[in-house]
Formats: sequence, C-alpha cells, structure tokens
Amino acid sequence: MTRATSTSRPTASGGSWHRFANPGRFLRISGLVYPWSLGLALLCLGVGLVWSLGIAPADYQQGESVRIMYVHVPAAWMALFAYSLLAAAGASLLIWRHPLGGIAATAIAPVGATFTFLALVTGSLWGKPMWGTWWVWDARLTSVLILLFLYLGHMALTHAFENAERGRKAAAVLALAGVVNLPIIKFSVDWWNTLHQPASVTRIGTPAIHEAMLWPLLVMAGGFMFFFFAVVLLRMRAALVAQRAEALDRRIMLGR
Amino acid sequence: MSALASLMWRDLRLALRQSGDVLLAVLFFILGAALFPFAVGPEPNLLLRLGPGLIWVMALLSVLLSLDRLFAPDHEDGTLDLLLLAPVPLEGIVLARILAHWLASGGPLILATPLLAIFFGVPAHALPVLLGSLLLGTLALSALGALGAALTLGARRAGVLVPLLVLPLYIPVLIFGAGAVDAVLTGLAARPHLLLLAAVLLLSLPLAALAGAAALRQAAE
Repeated sequence: MTRATSTSRPTASGGSWHRFANPGRFLRISGLVYPWSLGLALLCLGVGLVWSLGIAPADYQQGESVRIMYVHVPAAWMALFAYSLLAAAGASLLIWRHPLGGIAATAIAPVGATFTFLALVTGSLWGKPMWGTWWVWDARLTSVLILLFLYLGHMALTHAFENAERGRKAAAVLALAGVVNLPIIKFSVDWWNTLHQPASVTRIGTPAIHEAMLWPLLVMAGGFMFFFFAVVLLRMRAALVAQRAEALDRRIMLGR
Repeated sequence: MSALASLMWRDLRLALRQSGDVLLAVLFFILGAALFPFAVGPEPNLLLRLGPGLIWVMALLSVLLSLDRLFAPDHEDGTLDLLLLAPVPLEGIVLARILAHWLASGGPLILATPLLAIFFGVPAHALPVLLGSLLLGTLALSALGALGAALTLGARRAGVLVPLLVLPLYIPVLIFGAGAVDAVLTGLAARPHLLLLAAVLLLSLPLAALAGAAALRQAAE
C-alpha cells in the first residue's frame, strides 16, 4: 500500500517509463494533460454530436436509425482499446512492478466496462429495428458480453483482498489471461457468419463507408478517446491523492 | 519429474480419501441434469435436442463446485509455502495439481455420463463423441479453474468470486464441446469441433500453468 506512494526506485532495467513512476511527477504532468484532454473531448463530442445526429446523411437502407452507429461503433472500439490498455497496465505492474500500473488498471476497468455496456445497449437498440430482435446469440455479441464479464471480474477481484496491492496484482494476471478474448471479438465477424455485419471501416484500402459518414464517426471516436483519457487521468489522480491522504492519516495516528 | 508425479499422486490420494467431495460432485451432476425433464416436460425429441448441452452445462457446474478445494487447504496449512521452496518449477506443480484435480473431478463425471446419455436418449453412435469431448473439455475446465482458484487465494468471499472469473473463460470450451455432440446428432462431422476443443485445451494448459504459478507466488508473498 505504502509502496506506491514512496518514490521510484531506480532500477537498471527500468527504462524511461520509470521517470513517470514518481507519483509527484505523474500528478504534475497529468495536471497539465487533463484539462486539454477534457477540453478536446468536449469539443469533439459537441461537434461530433451535431454533425452525426444533424448533418450526416441518413442511410439508404437503414434510414435514420443508422445514427446509432455514431455512438455504438466508437463505444465498441473504446471497449477493446480500454481492455488492451488494462492488460498493458497489468503487465507493467507484474513485470516492471510499476506502481502506477496497478492504479491505472483500477482506474481503467470501470470506464472500459461502461463503454462495453454502452456498446451492448446501443447495439441492442440498433438490432431491434434492423434485425427485428433485441438480442441474438451471435458470435460478436456473445464475445463482447464475455468482455463485459471480464471487466466485472477484474473489478471484483481488485477489491476482494484486504491487501490492495495483492488485489491489483491478481486482477492484472486475470486481465492478461483475458487478452485471448480480444482477437476472438475482432475476428468473430469473419470466422462465424452470423447476423452481425462484417467490418466496414477498418478495411485495408478504401473503407466501405462513405466519407460523409466516416468523418463524423471519426470525430465522435476522437471525442470518446479524449473523454476516456480525461476520466482515467482524473480517477488516477484521485486514487493517488487518496493514497497520500491515507498515508498522512496513518502518520498522524502513529503520532509522528 | 518423479517429484511432480509423487506430488500428483499425493493430491489424488488426498482427493480420493475425502471421497465425499468426489461423490457429491457426481451426484450434483446427475441430479442437476435429472431436474430438467421435470422442468421442460418428458417429450423425448425435446430431451434429445437439449440433452448434450445440458450434460455439458452440468459438467461445467460440477467442476466449478470443487475448485475452491484446489489450492485453499494448502494455502491455509502452509503446504503451499513449502511447495514454493521445493526444487521443482512452480508451473510444474500447478500442472500436476490440474491433472490430479481432473482425475478426481472430470474422471468420475465422464464415468457417470453414459447414465445421463440414457436419461436423455442420446443414441449410441453419439456417445463416443460426447465422452471424447468431455475428456478434452473437462481437462481444460480444470486448467482454467485452477487459474481462477489461484487468483482468489485469500480473497474475501472467494467462493462467490471464482464463478465470476472462471465462467467467462469456460464459454469457448462449452461452445465447442456441446457443438461436437450437436454436429454428430445432426449428421455432420464432429472432428472440427473436437480439434478446436483440443486447441482450447492446448492453449489453456500452459496459460493456466504460467498465470496460476504467478498468482500462487503473489498469494504466498
């Protein structure tokens, strides 16, 4: 617990990342990055929402309901991206014993779970008019549902121990084991030919989606991304400050 | 190698000596599956359609029952600390434990499966595929379960936590295991499903050994 608040120990193999292991330095840098991240998020989401919900054309097949895409697709991208970051943070905690890794993972997990939940809900809302059903046991849907359970398991495991450090490490191992699910989600639309449409944006060469729809989608994705970073930085800063307060508390209790 | 073999033999003997646990899991397997005809009605075609999937789900839940005994007793009485000091790789110890757990939990389940196959009217030509899929699958279930059990050592309410962690990882095993039997019953080849199941097994064994050993080291810290 107190290990994370102590200053970084210089290690031979630490590499340049250990410069950021010092919580004080992280607080300083993140204090600079956070307002920019939040501002860009608000800008992108503001522009993107007007553009995608008001200006972008309706689809020739799906009509107005295609506009769910501008929330659904970025949320699904972020769900996967957040999990990769979660696993990377876990790896940095386990391999380099990077104290911020555990704090970052703890900060990322609920945000990633929320994006996953949002992707599932918007997908369900989109599925009702398009497929005629709220839910099908389609490969993409099921694998994203597993992703949500992995996030929830990660959160539960983090907080299941008396010793917070132990919880973070156990959750990090779980996050790394769950990485096998990511390629399954990515390729599920290609491997199993079920209801969900195949990838249309991330194709090699020209995307199968018209520019008038692609640009607002990318702006929305940028907005989601900046929002994610703003929230995660805020949560990490809050966790560090809470840790510091706890350490001070303990020092006062001991009468020093 | 002989150290690991004797370790496995010890775990197996311990499990068989407390044969109540083994028997309980098998009884749960049979009783649980026998509940479904009461719930959905005794119509033979429906039961045959549901049967393989039900047997698979019940096998999965029965394996889940015995997971909390996998590492917890050794953690409590200090055996785990001694094992960590032993001149054997911890990954090997985890693998030996997985095999012992499988012999004591998956084995009896497979022995009880023909009885359930009769209950649900599974035809004789599908039985080898059902048993084969369970043979491959339950070993993967033991491996992934060992990972969950190792991660939750010393956790509050570990018994509730393990299913939450392990069940998502169990889903691929369930899909391919039940899919193999379904394929045979509908006249398709079961081979691709069994090969995918074997692939899941070959992936989960080293994954569970590495990650489980890492988790055990943390638990003992």
